[in-house]
Amino acid sequence: MTETAAADLKLIVFQLKEKEYAIPVNQVRSIEKVEHITRVPRTAGFVKGVINLRGVVTPIISLRSRFNLEEAEYNEHSRVIIAVLDDMEVGLIVDSANDVIDVDLESIEPPPEVIGSEEADFIKGVTKIDKRLFILIDLERVLNPEELTVQDGQGIAG
Amino acid sequence: MEMNQYLEVFIEESKEHLQACNEQLLELEKNPEDIKIVNEIFRSAHTLKGMSATMGYEDLANLTHQMENVLDAIRNQKIKVNAEILDVVFLAVDDLEAMVQSIAEGGDGKRDVSEAVEKLMLIEKGESPAQSAARAETAAAIAEPQGLIKSTYDDFELTVIQQSKEQGFESYEISIALRADCLLKAARVYMVFEVLEKSGEVIKATPSVEQLEEEQFDQEFSVTIITKDTPEDIRQKLLKVSEVERIEVLPLSMGNYSSQEAVKEAEAVLPAAEVAEEAASDMPKEEKKAPAAKQVSNKTIRVNIERLDILMNLFEELVIDRGRLEQISKELNNQELHETVEHMSRISGDLQNIILNMRMVPIETVFNRFPRMVRQLARDLNKKINLQIVGAETELDRTVIDEIGDPLVHLIRNALDHGVETPEVRKENGKSEEGNVVLKAYHSGNHVFIEIEDDGAGINKDKVIKKALKNGIITEQTASTLTDKQAYELIFASGFSTADKISDVSGRGVGLDVVKNTIESLGGSVSIDSKVGQGSIFSIQLPLTLSIISVMLVEIEKEKYAIPLSSIIETAIIRKEDILSAHNQKVIDFRGKVVPLLSLKEIFEVPSENLEEEFISVVIVRKGEKMAGLVVDSFIGQQEVVLKSLGNYLTSVFAISGATILGDGQVALIVDCNALIK
Repeated sequence: MTETAAADLKLIVFQLKEKEYAIPVNQVRSIEKVEHITRVPRTAGFVKGVINLRGVVTPIISLRSRFNLEEAEYNEHSRVIIAVLDDMEVGLIVDSANDVIDVDLESIEPPPEVIGSEEADFIKGVTKIDKRLFILIDLERVLNPEELTVQDGQGIAG
Repeated sequence: MEMNQYLEVFIEESKEHLQACNEQLLELEKNPEDIKIVNEIFRSAHTLKGMSATMGYEDLANLTHQMENVLDAIRNQKIKVNAEILDVVFLAVDDLEAMVQSIAEGGDGKRDVSEAVEKLMLIEKGESPAQSAARAETAAAIAEPQGLIKSTYDDFELTVIQQSKEQGFESYEISIALRADCLLKAARVYMVFEVLEKSGEVIKATPSVEQLEEEQFDQEFSVTIITKDTPEDIRQKLLKVSEVERIEVLPLSMGNYSSQEAVKEAEAVLPAAEVAEEAASDMPKEEKKAPAAKQVSNKTIRVNIERLDILMNLFEELVIDRGRLEQISKELNNQELHETVEHMSRISGDLQNIILNMRMVPIETVFNRFPRMVRQLARDLNKKINLQIVGAETELDRTVIDEIGDPLVHLIRNALDHGVETPEVRKENGKSEEGNVVLKAYHSGNHVFIEIEDDGAGINKDKVIKKALKNGIITEQTASTLTDKQAYELIFASGFSTADKISDVSGRGVGLDVVKNTIESLGGSVSIDSKVGQGSIFSIQLPLTLSIISVMLVEIEKEKYAIPLSSIIETAIIRKEDILSAHNQKVIDFRGKVVPLLSLKEIFEVPSENLEEEFISVVIVRKGEKMAGLVVDSFIGQQEVVLKSLGNYLTSVFAISGATILGDGQVALIVDCNALIK
């Protein structure tokens, strides 16, 4: 983890239900504790709401629910990773985030064909260090705005 | 460069002087005998001339100088003001504006002003420009029997012509006149060039190729070509291009060019004489200046708008902290803290007013370009129009001002083109020949209203509906149920145009929907009222400011929502028994009106235990004429909040227009009442 010379990519490592995932450090603005989230009605299920991030209203999504994993109660390990993509800033709720690793770009393999579950769509590749397997997530797909389609208005007075 | 530090001042002041010129010229058109107005214009022009000469913008100084001469002749009653002369002076002011604009954008402020200068000189000599143009042509024809060479050539082009001649090529200047009813001038120009490029090399075009492609010419243009073809061949080939009316091919030789040189030199002698004359008349000018200058000027400084924006942002932070302090002091219940916080709140309230006021700009800055526009449009459309501006001093937030210009231009053009009839039609209908257009701005509550009223033909409802049906905007079924107002609203739909003939001014079916979208994106609304034969009123409602708004905070279960005060009529607590049911819709009787009830709990899908209560809290909100009652759990109170967006990820959330940060640091969502009432 300290051989900086060979490293091509710095990754932030986080956990979701026993598995370890990773996201390039340049896509991360900060890591926050989970605090009060204001629910935003009528948005996709994985959108948990918005938080006040030092004066900026920032939307939050739950990665568990985004990957179709069962939801879990937030505890003291839960974290919000503030990810940046183009001009969007979105917080991702993860079970915990506690590691930074350096990997060689060459060591990243394409995702295995059969991984099952919905999360396969959001995987850019996998990399192995020692005996740990890290799954690289594809932020662009995770934050694809087209999947935000909101239920349409109903029961509105005429 | 030393001058740089003055550049900004120069640009600002030039703009002010040009604006003054514009306004006074319009005034002069109404009172052509009033020498006082001429003096005002003269003073502005004179200052402008001095400034631009100091700054080294010669074209600018040159043209202003010429303009000054004409004005001088007018006030010495050597020439009489008429529309033609004013047209030329307006043209000159246009040129000046373009130059100042170019300087402001970092350009060199250079522009070919010879045309305007020439016309001004002619006027000064007491000739009308149209007459003399004709005369000049005949004179030239006599002087140059070989033909009239219209283009001027620089040294390089002359060398090319000469060299090609030595190699056995001939040079021709070809004048091409398009038919007056030619629609696609640029396309014809392209075809002409294609033909010419096959037979030789085009070395020059007057006006320039760029201008030709943008159709910046009347009917005629000229092209210089080097070729081995005979003039007759070229002529025949060009005549095959459709919509070409006339072709003249003139052989270009050094002989007839040099005679052109001579004419130019002769002309150059004239301005020198004028300078002397001008100098002589300089003396009385200074004397007249003193008594007329009675305008009281307020002391002002120019502040970069960016700094004001930063100040505003900082203040927004302060407003959030103020909210937090208020909450803490309420919880601690300490008398001294309480007093201090209250005092601070009051001061920051004053501060807020001042900051908002600083960003306020009188709507004049937008309105004052309209008289010119209307004058020009009226001439183009052959209509007589009297534009009246009321409430130009009404102030609006800078951000709103920046956006409102284009929609207003659209609406005014619309009123002139589609609203006001031609003088003949007006006469037939027993109205005065001159159409009236009133542009009015005023404050009301937290809003600014801008109205554009014309006394024209009004909107023909049947025509609108017919058109909307034809364009597939509505169905037969809905058409029969539309009220007048709803029918008028149709003209804001995209893909709509009622003008029988498409004109350049407006009526391509784009525009009005853009107007509506722009205004709504500013948090405003636009409505129409019209009476056939009597005219129409377009009314725009805009918020005073966009960043800090007053809201009513309400609670639904454990969630807090903010409802903008601007859409609230009042709050009420009603008994459960008072809720009636009509067509599966809960309604209440509110001051004699049936108002539908909406449960925010249901709309926002708030998780709830569903306890039925005896009394129900309702916020009555409105959108235009329509009302609705929003059922909430409890009212928290009124507060000033800073409007924040939900970010670029959540772009379109139903019935939520934004968010704000409350005193306790939590986010509250702002309810968009317009989305709730259909």
